[in-house]
Amino acid sequence: MPLRPSPLSAAHERADASRIDFGGWEMPVEFDSIRTEHAAVREHAGKFDVSHMGQVTVSGSDAEQLTQRLTTNDVSALSPGEAQYAGITDADGILLDDTVVYRLPANAADDYLFVPNAGHDGEMTDRWISHRDEWGLAATVTNRTREYAMVAVQGPDAPELLSTATTVDPSTLGRFEVTSGPVAGVESLVARTGYTGEAGFEILCPWDDAEQVWSSLDCQPCGLGARDTLRLEMGYLLSGQEFHPTEEPRTPYEADIDWTVTLDTEFVGRDALAAIEREGVSERLVGLELLDRGVPRNGYEVTEPDGTPIGHITSGTMSPTLGVPIALAYLPTDYAEPDSEVEVVIRDEPKDARTRATPFIDR
Amino acid sequence: MSFTVPDDRRYLESHEWVSTDDGSARVGITDFAQDELGDVVFVELPDEGDAVTAGEAFGVVESIKAVSDIYAPVSGTVTAVNEALFDEPELVNEDPFGEGWMLTIDLPDEDDLDDLLSAEAYRDQIA
Repeated sequence: MPLRPSPLSAAHERADASRIDFGGWEMPVEFDSIRTEHAAVREHAGKFDVSHMGQVTVSGSDAEQLTQRLTTNDVSALSPGEAQYAGITDADGILLDDTVVYRLPANAADDYLFVPNAGHDGEMTDRWISHRDEWGLAATVTNRTREYAMVAVQGPDAPELLSTATTVDPSTLGRFEVTSGPVAGVESLVARTGYTGEAGFEILCPWDDAEQVWSSLDCQPCGLGARDTLRLEMGYLLSGQEFHPTEEPRTPYEADIDWTVTLDTEFVGRDALAAIEREGVSERLVGLELLDRGVPRNGYEVTEPDGTPIGHITSGTMSPTLGVPIALAYLPTDYAEPDSEVEVVIRDEPKDARTRATPFIDR
Repeated sequence: MSFTVPDDRRYLESHEWVSTDDGSARVGITDFAQDELGDVVFVELPDEGDAVTAGEAFGVVESIKAVSDIYAPVSGTVTAVNEALFDEPELVNEDPFGEGWMLTIDLPDEDDLDDLLSAEAYRDQIA
């Protein structure tokens, strides 16, 4: 299958960015170096093309109810202009994807918009439509992934930087708030959301106007490589890596996003999750720091100091900010406390590691 | 983008270089290789006295995004390891043909070099 191009593909080619297949999309992985891009976001600001993220709108009298019944968080708590992070679970409470649900500002054409991960837009649109039909709800569900470009600008200087390109006052936008307004003259949705732990915004604009918005943001372009190291330092989940319906089937409780589950709402997976919440989980996602030299990576085994296998790494990297190797791993809940001693097996060699609370950096 | 390929050494298709000096071979990875890998964060090398075999992996170089084996251009015994890389793996990015060297190997048989690529041939390969 041919890769899906980003609306900014031509710009990335001109910038000589190296590109990879990510969830079926051809996306930039590195513009300069991951270290340079990572530091720019932590210290100043960086911009990311995240047009591979899906956009699905839900409108109509039952739009709230439909989205409420398909996500783990409480959609009814959102006022216009507010957003929330949520899981999308099956009847067993297993995470199919994670998402941000936006209740759009009152003047927007649609009522709700949610953002599935790369390559999940078709599947999630189908899921919303089939449940709408099954439940006889009145809602229009539209996959707008090919209509929207998405650009993130992140870092301590992001609010000031964005303010030069828009009449929206970014400083009035609280965390997980969304508004509409022109960016570089392009009518856009501007949300104070992100995946880096820094102050920052995600801008949704029409596909064909992406370059105008992108080029108006005068800061370091960053690829998916830096996006991954930045999110990992924060302990944020990556769909397909920390959870996957078949390869890494996990509940929100195991994935340590308990706070996204509101059991007093009705949603697919709610009953299974209520039972798990009562009984407790046996494994949980924890942070690890490698004490020996090496780089922990997806799939590496984690053992007790005596070599007994207890789990595996889901994501790992050399933290550019801390200069130490960090990772996320599913381990028995006995190891959920910080400073438990474990080993990570790298090319058949055990390496000393300890559990750590996430985020790994102070933010 | 053009990459440095010094004329005074030989190359492997897998992007290692070797330079020779009085029966001793020095080995590292090329400018092209370090650029492909990106930020190098970890290098695993054999110990002094270990034997390496031409065409076989002797170590590992890891960047933030990738893990890559390093292959020996020649066979011999390791006479020195660049221990500076353990604390400063970024030397591989900054100076791949100089301070980013990895091993020296005693070179009992200079004929081993005949199987390797000339600078010109390697330049063609990465062009």
